[in-house]
Amino acid sequence: MTTTEATATDTTLSVTGLDMYYGSFRALRDINLEVTRNSVTALIGPSGSGKSTLLRCFNRMNDLIPGARVEGQVLFNGEDIYHPSIDPTEIRLRVGMVFQKPNPFPKSIYDNVAFGLRINGFRGNMDEAVERSLRRAALWDEVKDRLKASGLTLSGGQQQRLCIARAVAVQPDVILMDEPASALDPISTLAIEDLMRELSRDYTIVVVTHNMQQAARVSDWTAFMTMGEDRAGYLVEVGDTHQIFTNPRDERTEGYITGRFG
Amino acid sequence: MQLSRNRKRGALQGRIVHWLFFACAAMSVITTFGIVASLLRESLGFFGEIPVWEFLFGTTWSPILKDAEGNRHYGVLPLVSGTLLVASIAAAVAVPAGLAIAIYLSEYAPDKVRRLIKPILEVLAGIPTVVYGYFALTFVTPLLRSIPIQVFREDLIVYNALSAGLVMGLMIIPMVSSLSEDAMVAVPRSLRHAAYALGGTRLEVSLRIVVPAAFSGIVASFILAFSRAIGETMLVTIAAGATPRLTFNPIESIQTMTAFIVQLAHGETPHGSLEYNTIFAVGLLLFAFTLGMNVLGHFLVRRFREEY
Repeated sequence: MTTTEATATDTTLSVTGLDMYYGSFRALRDINLEVTRNSVTALIGPSGSGKSTLLRCFNRMNDLIPGARVEGQVLFNGEDIYHPSIDPTEIRLRVGMVFQKPNPFPKSIYDNVAFGLRINGFRGNMDEAVERSLRRAALWDEVKDRLKASGLTLSGGQQQRLCIARAVAVQPDVILMDEPASALDPISTLAIEDLMRELSRDYTIVVVTHNMQQAARVSDWTAFMTMGEDRAGYLVEVGDTHQIFTNPRDERTEGYITGRFG
Repeated sequence: MQLSRNRKRGALQGRIVHWLFFACAAMSVITTFGIVASLLRESLGFFGEIPVWEFLFGTTWSPILKDAEGNRHYGVLPLVSGTLLVASIAAAVAVPAGLAIAIYLSEYAPDKVRRLIKPILEVLAGIPTVVYGYFALTFVTPLLRSIPIQVFREDLIVYNALSAGLVMGLMIIPMVSSLSEDAMVAVPRSLRHAAYALGGTRLEVSLRIVVPAAFSGIVASFILAFSRAIGETMLVTIAAGATPRLTFNPIESIQTMTAFIVQLAHGETPHGSLEYNTIFAVGLLLFAFTLGMNVLGHFLVRRFREEY
């Protein structure tokens, strides 16, 4: 997925010369990345290489951390999301997120899904919107008879699918997933992976994962990150997932995917 | 070097420490029961002469002074209304203000500001209540009377429920804000992040996620503060007056249950007389009120607890 392979209209997120700081500490160095529309892009790399930090640059979640600062450019559908005139809540509405640990609100299943719609002034049939989102997250059949039950009564895997339904409900363009299956059992993990494949037909998905098999299974594109001497994370190589796993261009990538380090 | 312990001595020490700590814990339980027992015993003397319903539902309280026909009246409702009036005014001040402060400290304030404000609030909580009493009497009441509206300028009595209630509200703000803030800080960050990631603003995240998730703790803070307001003595003795009156008009002079007890305990009422025993009857009722509030608080906390 270098710029030569993707035309501009296929690109949802375009990152140029991105540096990210926590106070005086540089966490990310000179990231350049294009994320292709309606595909799954996996960010892999050892712990501390800044995968999650990069992911949070895409919906400005890093803004919530005091002292966090971004230099460089992130274009979302051609629009600079760090431009002073941009409201971060607007970006987060269009770039949804699913977190590592399932974090449903202590509210009913229905209210969990409806939350994003309600705060964003949704005018329409809420019941239909909730059902549609739960179906999208392959959860409807399991919960349709107990929509008033607390989201916390669900199993871990169901909770994570509820969080996906919640993210899908506001109809974002992009869904960011930060190790969405790392806290789940293998069967729930497979369900989430199937869901990612399914959702990528309509959404652009960027997923951080520690699990290389998972990256190989679900992603179309893979970006390998590592960290330098200064502990700043940087991007080593980006490419077609098949190519990255079978024929990496960089020996650091090869070292990581063959398990020599990381 | 050889390590050894005198096991026998260690075991004995352990037992002594155990019993010492147990005794300390038992002390508080025994004290509570002792207070209840003495309240019950002394008020038995009172209820031997005055029927319970006359006490609970009578609308005139005049246990010392005789009326024109030479009768005394033991209806406690005027004291109850006075108490609830002042406590309600206090709650009307402290609940919104305390909650707003808690939301500000927990969700909005930068670390520096929080570190400055929290100790100041604690100072507010540490001011002796007698100071609040004179503050109400010598500052707030004149301030209210300077408002150019007839109700305040002319009708407001020097000793009145309004200024006592307002200042009491000020006094219990730290209680509401500090307990509510604790409950809100305990809401996991991950819930806030989830709400922000859905495009929530800070206000939406605060009001729709954090406050509901912390609701049981917030309600507990309201109940505790209200309970404190009911039991508060010095402030109302100084500023609210000594006129038992069945009214909910805040500009009038009233008397609370606590202020009555103080008044009578000061006087020259002979020990063991019926007048003297009214103290214990009123005290028992006061105890029932605060106990009831605590039970209600526990019930609400359990009812609205949200696990996360």
